[in-house]
Amino acid sequence: MTPVLDVRHLTKQFTRRDGFFGKPAFVRAVNDVSFTVDAGETFGLVGESGSGKTTTGRCILRLIEPTAGEVLFRGENVVSFSREQLRLARRHMQIVFQDPYSSLNPRMRVRAIVEEPLVIHGIGSRGERATRVRELIGLVGLDAAALDRYPHEFSGGQRQRIGVARALALNPSLIIADEPVSALDVSIQAQVVNLLMELQQKLKLAYLFIAHDLRLVEHICRRTAVMYLGRIVEMADTRMLFENPQHPYTRALLSAIPIPDPDRQPHRVALNPKEIHAEGPLREVAAGHWAAI
Amino acid sequence: MNPIPSERKAYGQPLLRVTGLTTTFHLPKAVVRAVDNVSLELRRGETLGLVGESGSGKSMTAMSILRLVQPPGETIGGPVEFNGRKDLLELSERDMRKIRGAEIALIFQEPMTALNPVFTIGDQIAEAILVHRQASRAAARDRAVELLAAVKIPDAEKRARDYPHQLSGGMRQRVLIAIALACQPLLLIADEPTTALDVTIQAEILDLLREMKQQLDLALLLITHDLGVVAGHADRVAVMYAGRIVEEGPVRRIFAAPAHPYTRGLLASIPGGAPGQRLAAIEGTVPNLAALPPGCAFEPRCPERFWKCPTAPPPAFAIDAGGAARCYLHEPIVDRRSSIVDGRSSTMDAGRWPIDDGQS
Repeated sequence: MTPVLDVRHLTKQFTRRDGFFGKPAFVRAVNDVSFTVDAGETFGLVGESGSGKTTTGRCILRLIEPTAGEVLFRGENVVSFSREQLRLARRHMQIVFQDPYSSLNPRMRVRAIVEEPLVIHGIGSRGERATRVRELIGLVGLDAAALDRYPHEFSGGQRQRIGVARALALNPSLIIADEPVSALDVSIQAQVVNLLMELQQKLKLAYLFIAHDLRLVEHICRRTAVMYLGRIVEMADTRMLFENPQHPYTRALLSAIPIPDPDRQPHRVALNPKEIHAEGPLREVAAGHWAAI
Repeated sequence: MNPIPSERKAYGQPLLRVTGLTTTFHLPKAVVRAVDNVSLELRRGETLGLVGESGSGKSMTAMSILRLVQPPGETIGGPVEFNGRKDLLELSERDMRKIRGAEIALIFQEPMTALNPVFTIGDQIAEAILVHRQASRAAARDRAVELLAAVKIPDAEKRARDYPHQLSGGMRQRVLIAIALACQPLLLIADEPTTALDVTIQAEILDLLREMKQQLDLALLLITHDLGVVAGHADRVAVMYAGRIVEEGPVRRIFAAPAHPYTRGLLASIPGGAPGQRLAAIEGTVPNLAALPPGCAFEPRCPERFWKCPTAPPPAFAIDAGGAARCYLHEPIVDRRSSIVDGRSSTMDAGRWPIDDGQS
């Protein structure tokens, strides 16, 4: 099967200067990252803040221009696309942001927010769009009455549903979900996660699921890659990764997950940055299990 | 290092006993009870995990205990008994200031904003000492370096001369812990101390807190939304919903046999079980404090509600395996009167939840 997304040697280098006359220093936020996402699957990208997971997601959509590498979306290299080609490609790959409070325009009614992608891409007549918008809002479990209201009238979970409805408007085949539930309360997170899983079934969506909540990733991702200092240090089927982590960073990360059971507390593996080599190439340590060790 | 407190031993005298604490906010259109008749108790050496979602009133409970609530907020009710004092709410501001920082210390969620950017961290720790203790500046500086070493900041002597921006988030949180411990408080209130940190750093900070707590025989009020953190670090747990404590009990009982449907819902919604399976979400949303339902605040979302739930807020009913729950499901049928955990008497006896419910 051709993967829907094939990321090859993606690199993003930022330049920073210490002071106006300082020498420029280069920071590789994303460093030679390669992975594939199959149609209809959920691929997890985990790592701590600064590991480059969000930058990776944005480079794929070219919201940030990558420095090097290829992003093959349905077989075509997005990095070499012209503006017009990119605009068309974005119909099929959408993003859901972390913060439902800042990602929706507070001056627009929900109807306009959800309809906007259809308008931008010139899809349908006014009447067809109205029908589609009603369909979308129902799909994410909100009442049609919501369409006439403004974002501030909704709770965080409801806002995230609106964000999802907007992302789905153009019938994408890939959604990059960047920490889609981490700003939500525990009891609401589960609702949104269920919605995302349901929609995947119904619409055959592929998700690139960027998260730091490892329990959640374990639950919903078929395969997972762990990023550390801009590189993927381990990648495997999620179960394999959680049961038999190979890279010292993955081990430390997994052992730090708080377990909601007083009698099953993990034995924590301390993280010693000196012991961790993110530099090595990924080796296949078992079938489908890659680690930089 | 043992990840779980090996012995959930019986602790000493109660250090803090809060009874019927209520904080209201007078808004233009309504009076909101951000903290509604909250009672809790904490002994030396003990950790109480105060859990709840955002807006449930857990931080406001801490602020009320410390009397840091700003108008239009107003703390009524109480008393807040602490370390032999009858009621912190009755103290003059001057006396209260002697308690804050010296006997009760507080650490916040944001290690980025809680430090002053223009002073070195050594100076800021020394300052915390000099506010409450007679000491020379040099002695305070030396003590600051000791404290930095105690919270495991490598190269403490040199690091004391660093400014906050030179430190990572985890290191800053360590500095805040050092400041909090500077005057050897009896009670440490940690309000989401690790929420802004990465998972591995979070685990380190929590381990440090536990170690410090054991060394200094501190009581710890650990405020968090993460049940995983509570499971690993608390001796007892209090669950808040819409300003009220809806369940309280020993940590093992809470996780093994949660009594309140809200607690059950929270535990069930944690990802786990078979991958890809639907999570057991709690339907609906957290209620608006200005328009609470007349009965149990959780009633509209509760899968186990029955006729009695909307009638009046439930009082606290004792749970056999320890603690109590504000839920009519636990109302004994035989003798309703005696089932209500009645404040003080139960505190003295087996029950640990001194709830005296004015509303029941």
